[in-house]
Amino acid sequence: MTEDPKGKIIICRCNDVTLKEIEDLIEGGITDIEEIKRLTRIGMGPCQGRTCIPLVISIIARKAGKKPGEIPVPATRVPVRPVMMGVLAGEMGDDDEE
Amino acid sequence: MRSEAKTVIIGGGIIGLSIAYNLAKLGESDVVVLEKGYLGNGSTFRCGTGIRQQFNDEANIRMMKRSVELWKGLSEELGMDVEFTQSGYLFLIYEKDELEAFKNNVRLQNRFGVPSRIITPEEAKEIVPPLNTNGVIAAAWNHTDGKANPFKAVFAYAEAAKRLGVEIYEYTEAKDIRVEEGKIKTVVTNRGEIKTGRVINAANAWAPLINKMAGVPIKIPIEPYKHQGVKTEPIKPGQIEPMVISFKHGGVYLTQEAYQGGVIGGYGLKYGPTYDITPTYEFLRGVSYRFSQIIPALKYVNVIRIWGGFYAETPDHNAAIGRINEIDEFYIAAGFSGHGFMLAPAVAEALAEFIVDGKTDKPLDFYDPYRFERGELRGQALQMG
Ligand SMILES: Cc1cc2nc3c(=O)[nH]c(=O)nc-3n(C[C@H](O)[C@H](O)[C@H](O)COP(=O)(O)OP(=O)(O)OC[C@H]3O[C@@H](n4cnc5c(N)ncnc54)[C@H](O)[C@@H]3O)c2cc1C
Repeated sequence: MTEDPKGKIIICRCNDVTLKEIEDLIEGGITDIEEIKRLTRIGMGPCQGRTCIPLVISIIARKAGKKPGEIPVPATRVPVRPVMMGVLAGEMGDDDEE
Repeated sequence: MRSEAKTVIIGGGIIGLSIAYNLAKLGESDVVVLEKGYLGNGSTFRCGTGIRQQFNDEANIRMMKRSVELWKGLSEELGMDVEFTQSGYLFLIYEKDELEAFKNNVRLQNRFGVPSRIITPEEAKEIVPPLNTNGVIAAAWNHTDGKANPFKAVFAYAEAAKRLGVEIYEYTEAKDIRVEEGKIKTVVTNRGEIKTGRVINAANAWAPLINKMAGVPIKIPIEPYKHQGVKTEPIKPGQIEPMVISFKHGGVYLTQEAYQGGVIGGYGLKYGPTYDITPTYEFLRGVSYRFSQIIPALKYVNVIRIWGGFYAETPDHNAAIGRINEIDEFYIAAGFSGHGFMLAPAVAEALAEFIVDGKTDKPLDFYDPYRFERGELRGQALQMG
């Protein structure tokens, strides 16, 4: 048996989610992007969905027969870019008490 | 959507879905779940994933002991991996009187078969190598506590319930409940009406609104407080296996996600009552500061997201679970404060037994929704975060 090439196409590079995983969910009836996000963790990696969310929207649109514009974009989370805890804690060098 | 159902459950979080599954498992047909958004979008998808039996009262210890038994078999029972792992809970202890209180809790937990124990700071460091043990005089440790994946748990319960005939309607909001002479007639939704004789209020932070729709005449004080969670980029697996807790640092809890490797957690900063869950910079800074106090190496780890969610709090931090006598077949299971995810399997089992068989061997009385009306609160349940 040859392997499904869709299992090798990576849609989310942060969490290694493949095209096949996303299509399988949609075929199983899960077409809500918020639910696909939670089940595969697309959009939840360090890139905050910059790469994968537009791709997933087009996959849902194609497979579920929706218009891309009808599919809501999931919430973006703070911070917009990854930041080191020590920087936020304000104590990379000195130990200031709160 | 169907126009009639024997049971209408309002709320598609872990509680509503696990109750639906358990009712169907006991042979109830005609069960419908209404969810105003997508499944899990309330508190469940925003939770800290922790599952512990280290409580400070008999009822919660017994319920959680049963819940952990169920969690252990859940992946197999529901046919989907919910990623439950028994990686333990480690409470860091810094003060003498804190130690006395934990010793008492451990004695109580041991009496009900939970194998928690007090360990030394050195032992704690063996369990969590990057831990900062400065000032730590002991720790309370239970290796049978753990964590699970809330996303998977919600879908696992939903899919298993569907296989048993439960119908789940997403984006369907209960708008009104018609009650005549103490009997439920109809639930009105944004997608039409469902005739029914039984309603289960599993709407958590929104439960008071559902009670109001049905005209529940007793006071059940459940209020929504905003709590927040944080997640870091993945770090090398296996460094922070258990949930690590420190009350000294403002109720911090943190753990490394078993399958993803990121560190997840939060602390006790809360806002409210409010229905606003916008994340705050105050939390982002506060949580970063506290995490790096407990695990200094986290200073060099990137935060990738924070989010807000609700604790549906009651005055004693215990849920209201049971029947409302003034309205025939109206039940509530809401107000889980910070521990509804972990309790769900046992609560659902107990409530389904109570509804179908009229009795249960689990201590549901403890969560009696009438206790607030009587002014008879329980001891404060150990709440973290
Ligand atoms: C930051 C944070 C960390 C937490 N950490 C933990 C933890 O480590 N361990 C733990 O056990 N618990 C934790 N919790 C608590 C846990 O998330 C909750 O107790 C649990 O998810 C409650 O489940 P639920 O099903 O009752 O509520 P929810 O998941 O909120 O479900 C209620 C549902 O009802 C729906 N609803 C409301 N009104 C209506 C209506 N009119 N019609 C239809 N649907 C409606 C909502 O949309 C919602 O989906 C945490 C919570 C937060 C916020």
